[in-house]
Amino acid sequence: METPERFARGELEAFEELFRQFQAEVYGWIVRIVRDRAAAEDLTVETFWRIWRARARFDPSRSFAAWARRIATNAAVDHLKAARREEPLPDNLAARPAADAAVEEELHEQIRRAFGKLPANLRATATLALVEEQPYEEIARAMGVSVGGVKSRVFRAVRRLRKELERMGVRA
Amino acid sequence: MSEKTGEEAVRRLVRAALGPVGSAEPERDLWPEMLRRLEEPPARVSWLDWALAGAVLAWFFVFPEGIPAVLYHL
Repeated sequence: METPERFARGELEAFEELFRQFQAEVYGWIVRIVRDRAAAEDLTVETFWRIWRARARFDPSRSFAAWARRIATNAAVDHLKAARREEPLPDNLAARPAADAAVEEELHEQIRRAFGKLPANLRATATLALVEEQPYEEIARAMGVSVGGVKSRVFRAVRRLRKELERMGVRA
Repeated sequence: MSEKTGEEAVRRLVRAALGPVGSAEPERDLWPEMLRRLEEPPARVSWLDWALAGAVLAWFFVFPEGIPAVLYHL
């Protein structure tokens, strides 16, 4: 019997195999959305916890990776919804600009602030589409919406960002 | 400025401000934490949570027009 089938039947060893096989992929996807490595580790565990609880609903003939990514996306968006009320803005995990670029950093701070005000679903979609440049088809599958739905969310996110940036005096 | 140009400008600004994470892997094996989570006893719902849930349901029953507003903010 294949691992996904054994997992669906509730075998913990099979779940561990899948966990070890997919934890890096799930983590990588989550960290792209939440942009916080520590939170992404917790959310990876939360995702696999949800996966384990939902094992009876898993169809072994379908892709485990796609199913896991969908659940991971939901967990990440739930986190953004909660974090929107409590946490500071998403930070730049890539290289920071030079120290003398204070004006540029101030601009980036304003953009991050505006980005942090987006509703969780728009923020997750915009992060994946605009920042991480993931294919719209992939985002659609992960979020359980159509490609048109992703385009619509990106459009709404950009429109809100433009408005917010204009309000802050930043010209986009 | 057209919508397309505006989107491009915002895309450029956002990408510069947030920066792509790219590929990332967890710094440690998460399986031990997963095992701990699996071994945790199921969370019990306190009487206060049940009371709050009951109050919310009662409020929905009395003011059904408030349901969309509540759902919007979830």
